[in-house]
Amino acid sequence: MTTTGSDLVLQSPPFDSARLTTPKLMQEVTLATVPVLLAAVWFFGLTALLIVGAACAGAMGSEWLFGPRDAVGRRGRSLGDGTALLTGVLLGLTLPPTIPLWMAFVGGVVGIGIGKLVWGGLGGNIFNPALVGRAFLQAAFPTALTTWRASGGADTLLQFDKGAFAIPFATSGVDAVTTATALSRMKFDAEFLPWLDLLRGNVAGSLGETSAGLLILCGIWMGVRRLYDWRVPVTILVTVAVLGQVFHFVSPEKYPDALFMLFSGGLLYGAVFMATDPATSPTAPRGALIFGAGIGVLVVLIRLFGGLPEGVMYAILLMNATTPLIERVTQPRIFGR
Amino acid sequence: MKLLTRTFPHGVHPEEHKDTAPLPIERMPFTDRYVLPLAQHIGAPSKLIVKVGQHVQRGEKIAEPGGYVSVALHSPVTGTVRSLDPKRHPNGSLVPAIEIEIDRYAGQETPRGTPVDPFDGTIDDFVARIQNMGLVGLGGAAFPAHVKYRIPDGAVVKELIVNGCECEPYLTCDHRVMLENAADVVRGSVILRDRIGAHLATIGVERNKLDAVAALQEAAKGDDRVRVVPLEVKYPQGAEKMLVKAVLGVEVPAGKLPLEVGVLVNNVSTVACLADIFDRGTPLVERVVTVAGPAVRRPSNLIVPIGTPVRAVLEYCGGLTGDAREIVMGGPMMGQPLGSIDVPVIKGTSGLLAFTESKLARPAEYHCLKCGRCVEACPVFLNPSRLARLAKVGKYEDMENFQVMDCMECGSCSYACPSNIPIVQLIRVSKSWVRERQRDAKIAEAKEAAEAAKQAAQNDGAGSAGAGGAAGSGGSAGTSGSTGAAGTGGPGAKDGKETNR
Repeated sequence: MTTTGSDLVLQSPPFDSARLTTPKLMQEVTLATVPVLLAAVWFFGLTALLIVGAACAGAMGSEWLFGPRDAVGRRGRSLGDGTALLTGVLLGLTLPPTIPLWMAFVGGVVGIGIGKLVWGGLGGNIFNPALVGRAFLQAAFPTALTTWRASGGADTLLQFDKGAFAIPFATSGVDAVTTATALSRMKFDAEFLPWLDLLRGNVAGSLGETSAGLLILCGIWMGVRRLYDWRVPVTILVTVAVLGQVFHFVSPEKYPDALFMLFSGGLLYGAVFMATDPATSPTAPRGALIFGAGIGVLVVLIRLFGGLPEGVMYAILLMNATTPLIERVTQPRIFGR
Repeated sequence: MKLLTRTFPHGVHPEEHKDTAPLPIERMPFTDRYVLPLAQHIGAPSKLIVKVGQHVQRGEKIAEPGGYVSVALHSPVTGTVRSLDPKRHPNGSLVPAIEIEIDRYAGQETPRGTPVDPFDGTIDDFVARIQNMGLVGLGGAAFPAHVKYRIPDGAVVKELIVNGCECEPYLTCDHRVMLENAADVVRGSVILRDRIGAHLATIGVERNKLDAVAALQEAAKGDDRVRVVPLEVKYPQGAEKMLVKAVLGVEVPAGKLPLEVGVLVNNVSTVACLADIFDRGTPLVERVVTVAGPAVRRPSNLIVPIGTPVRAVLEYCGGLTGDAREIVMGGPMMGQPLGSIDVPVIKGTSGLLAFTESKLARPAEYHCLKCGRCVEACPVFLNPSRLARLAKVGKYEDMENFQVMDCMECGSCSYACPSNIPIVQLIRVSKSWVRERQRDAKIAEAKEAAEAAKQAAQNDGAGSAGAGGAAGSGGSAGTSGSTGAAGTGGPGAKDGKETNR
């Protein structure tokens, strides 16, 4: 017997905890974005990596500078939880392939600084930080955020967009051959792209949103790994599909069918990676259903009747704002009461 | 199949670590000294009936029940009472205890009394016998068993549920008892079922113990009013209300006993002991304890006499590894951490677990992500993340409104939390605050009632005294005030009187 009893520590039970920790959760979600990132590189060239990198640099730099310090005053304590990196990646993947790098960087700074830290940091924010960054960019640089380029492949893989290296506030940055996204063609030309292209992803759009098939696989993977509440993406997609199909029945030449609604634009990306942010979505199961359905309805309304071709970002941000309210009315009944 | 297996909603799946499950129960050899705290159970401590120097037999009564919610205590060995000085209880406090030195030359046979037909005599005889045999719930809470068995007038018990879940990781003592003493478990269940007038006895066993299910089914053959029900493996299924929900699908109302829905729940080891008490006349002098954990050299399932020092048990199991840092009495989720190994095994000790630093090291705490994993874990459907948030800023009143007192401290929330927030620990502290506040409020209320009575009496006095002097009226108020407080009669008033003294 080596233990005399004097070197025992007294802790309060439980003496076991689940394997999943917050940094691991963030790492796993970040890992789940890697296939999407690779697809972005394939479709839009290595510029995609630079854009995502710039957004990450902005996000992590902002976390380092404004985030909480450790006990001895050193900066960067909260970088370890991995949320700043994740926000950067998620933001980067929502940006168009032609955006100048400095804008992506600013988006990262705003996303973490105003989207997260001013609310008290991790878990305190009401709005999804990555989407706050993107909403800021969309308001500040509307042209850059709505200029799209056709997707390429092996031939354009190693080409860099000159526009990416534009000097802040000096050059317009956009000099690529531009094209329209599936949703703008739907909205302004009443032309529906075949859903097989949308599934594959060789269409114009934001870096990470084009390949619907890949996003579905990522979503299933994250669901299996229980990284998010599956109810949120599933209700979003079901609501959009059902509502979209209803409008399609009413007027097939004006409104696209359910598959087009599901696979086009940022819907899958938003449903899988954005709406599922735990801090900004309800915790109660019933709340998750209301939240998801709300996003679905807003997406359809904005896409079909709003001024913008795409509405996923605003739909999620609006529902983020209602989360505390949803939370309040969906608390589960306590056992035996 | 999985869909058909019963369980309760929510809960968690901690790693089982039931490595001691295949190890048969072995009898631990006797040691020199035994320490028996008079308070081993919930309720009033037992009343001492032995003197220092007195020779006692194994199984001889050494303390009487100290009240209705209290049980007798028996000597676990033949030996001599050496001391009645206070000793350290596993919970850390110093409590009155009986220390017995073993008689090295005595035989130490298991005490056998006269078998008694459990169905002879009235329910009072039945209950009195159990109380005098020292039986408490052996699942861990150590609530005097006979109190549960006396069904209040007007209440009807439809079903007896025997708890064989053993949902705490590491523990395998109930599992071994069900395997090796299946006949006693069934016999005890039948005795209890028929004595409390229940129609059916259901033994609920988690599916990680299918061999126990088979053994019990075999033992229960021929009695179709005993059924064995396999349950999904999930923590905390062994909690009374969760088990009732799992087996019957019924929720016991908050703050009420399972009796409210016509059910009585008892642990398998407890009912096995019941068979011992009636069929063999053996009082509760020993119990099965699982000794396990990464820091124990030879994990075992042992029959340990009540009062054996934890040190002796661990030594018998090959001692601890050098990196042992935490010793827990009970399971890892709700057990009692020990500050010293010089405390005795008591009636409620189901396990002795030793953990190392690596198992303990709580990783860094992060902010709450509001991921809802604790909400999905809480078997009582509370919102642990919100309660923890309120606890951190001391908003205990808000917590009370969110029914924090319904928390049974199972620890599922802390287990599930990816940010390593010590949720249940925060809630525990808050609950004691709320309890204190509730007590204070009760006292204040009683004081107010006493004051009001005094005032009323004073007014009466003033009225009858008419033009009497101020000094006279004051004097009469003083005396009538105290009688007024006693006269109101409610429990609040009684409290008030006590505090006035």
